[in-house]
Amino acid sequence: MAKRERLSGNEAVAIALRQINPDVFPAFPITPSTEIPQYFASFVANGQVDTEFITVESEHSSMSAAIGASAAGARSLTATSSCGLAYMWEELYIAASNRLPLALALVNRALSGPININCDHSDSMGARDAGWIQIYAENNQEAYDNMVQAFRISEHKDVRLPIMICQDGFITSHAVENIELLDDAEVKGFVGEYEPENYLLNPECPMAVGPYSITDFYFEAKRAQAEGTKNVEKVILDIAKEFAELSGREYGLFESYRMEDAERAVVIIGSAAGTTKDAIDRLREKGEKVGLLKIRLYRPFPAEAIAAELKNVKAVAIMDRAEGYSNNGGPLGADVMAALFRARSQAFAVNYIYGLGGRDVRVEDMIGIYDALAQIIEDGDAGETYRYLGIRE
Amino acid sequence: MSNVTEIRWHGRGGQGAKTAALLLADVAFATGKYVQGFPEYGPERMGAPITAYNRISDSVIRVHSNIYEPEFVVVVDESLLETVDVTSGLKEDGAILINTEKSKEELVPSLRGYKGKVYTIDAKKVSLATLGKYFPNTPLLAAIVKVADIMDEETFLKEMKNSFNHKFASKPEVIDGNMKALEMALKEVQ
Amino acid sequence: MKTDITKLGVKASWRDLTEGMIVAGAGTSKDFKTGEWSAVKPEFIEENCKQCLFCAPVCPDSCIPVVDGKRGAFDYDHCKGCGICVKACPFDAITMEGVK
Repeated sequence: MAKRERLSGNEAVAIALRQINPDVFPAFPITPSTEIPQYFASFVANGQVDTEFITVESEHSSMSAAIGASAAGARSLTATSSCGLAYMWEELYIAASNRLPLALALVNRALSGPININCDHSDSMGARDAGWIQIYAENNQEAYDNMVQAFRISEHKDVRLPIMICQDGFITSHAVENIELLDDAEVKGFVGEYEPENYLLNPECPMAVGPYSITDFYFEAKRAQAEGTKNVEKVILDIAKEFAELSGREYGLFESYRMEDAERAVVIIGSAAGTTKDAIDRLREKGEKVGLLKIRLYRPFPAEAIAAELKNVKAVAIMDRAEGYSNNGGPLGADVMAALFRARSQAFAVNYIYGLGGRDVRVEDMIGIYDALAQIIEDGDAGETYRYLGIRE
Repeated sequence: MSNVTEIRWHGRGGQGAKTAALLLADVAFATGKYVQGFPEYGPERMGAPITAYNRISDSVIRVHSNIYEPEFVVVVDESLLETVDVTSGLKEDGAILINTEKSKEELVPSLRGYKGKVYTIDAKKVSLATLGKYFPNTPLLAAIVKVADIMDEETFLKEMKNSFNHKFASKPEVIDGNMKALEMALKEVQ
Repeated sequence: MKTDITKLGVKASWRDLTEGMIVAGAGTSKDFKTGEWSAVKPEFIEENCKQCLFCAPVCPDSCIPVVDGKRGAFDYDHCKGCGICVKACPFDAITMEGVK
């Protein structure tokens, strides 16, 4: 039976991990993700899990140890934020290219500098090409539900790729909100036992992991790796269906909110999606046809499905909580615009950079975005397509 | 949206404003409400001004922004009245609750023209009388529950007793003092 | 399942590579003929050999088989011609071009 609770996002993820009871959790603390290993350490101390909890000396080591454990045949994960993720850079690619299932509970925080502890997506966006699956949450409930589904996706035989379960630093990680938890037994049953096909600690069949690949092999190796990525969308939808049967909560590659007849749409990732929904409800009361596409799966990028969902909109604002410094838009902006182009969309598309370093996003801000889209439609011209929301000029 | 009660807390790092906001979320949750309790993190220093927030609602809360036009403001440390615009955006049909030994009349000049209701509680007096130490949290929690009419007093005390039994399971000797602090605060707030 | 490395030559399609480039199963390096990496090889002069066996343990590629206390012929499939065995032999029973 589901249990009503009120928890912070970090606590919710830690509880999901207690229910999963992974084999190995190497940890190094960094704000705002520190509470996840902190809560988990108390579960270890209380004997509620039998996880090997390894306190390591850096994030480089926490990810290395998680990779080693996964190669050995253990279900492993770690947690981090911001510069901690940056320090894992080298290992991220190793985990993905070795096709090692493991999870990273990422609590999104701005990368330095200037140094800042608050939310934006610059950390995970920087890792978007590392070959990991990236799933984002709007609130603590989604962070919890995504973590419960994480290992099923990551360990699936058609996928076998590491997975990043992201939530917004402080905004959801440190905010206490209502949540529904699954029973421990339900989670245990859903996640199941990890049974790797090949693993280092198998005496019947020892193996080599991460062999040097000369030029003759490297290119083909990368192509083979991409095959796992191609299967992610289907596996995520299959697992989500099973999860919905268990929990009653439905997930897809993205969430569409009031998109049925929407002429103006916002594409956004993370906690500001909830704020946008309130903005939409206010505008819909006045008869405005506005909607939201909230990205859940960002890597791999479900380009076709997103373009199909946006096919009837006249104007779309794509919101990036990370500056790309490309002079050509942020990462989500570039991805969505490429998807629209390939789908031969005629919609006006603009890209906003917003919310950097924890800059608050208000309902009024999002209403302003929809107003700007209305203006674009009226003008028949997108104008500046690379914009900054609420920047002080 | 209209049924959301929004509360903003002003305190100093280390005084427990964040904890108080989380406790308020807890107790409102226990009565079946949808809640949010969250701090705004700035420089993490003892003594630096900090802000924490609560939303309490009968329906799901989706918004994830800070609170700019609260119904209620709680000031944990009256010295903040000099430096922080605590009444910024505070609705005139709402109220401000200030932890102070002073009278309302003495404080009004510091409220930058705020015309709504002003409540005070001497959390130090309540805390010292019931706990023997200065923990402003517990009396302020009771006071805001009463001022904002979040629930009736009986339900509040019952829920808090449950919460303390759980929270202080390893040191039950402090439960009585905390319950007395709540009861006294409910009477003292004015 | 043990990886069949004979299918992993430089002409292999990406579809034939193992997942994550793992090589499952021990001792697969035996199937990988590294002997072609050099043109010059040591030669065994059997009549000079006293079977002292100094040579066998110093070979980095285990190319000097020892059976019943006696060394046998070089495994040229894996010998890379490093010449260490030449240096180790006190009896001029191993020679190699360019190594004294």
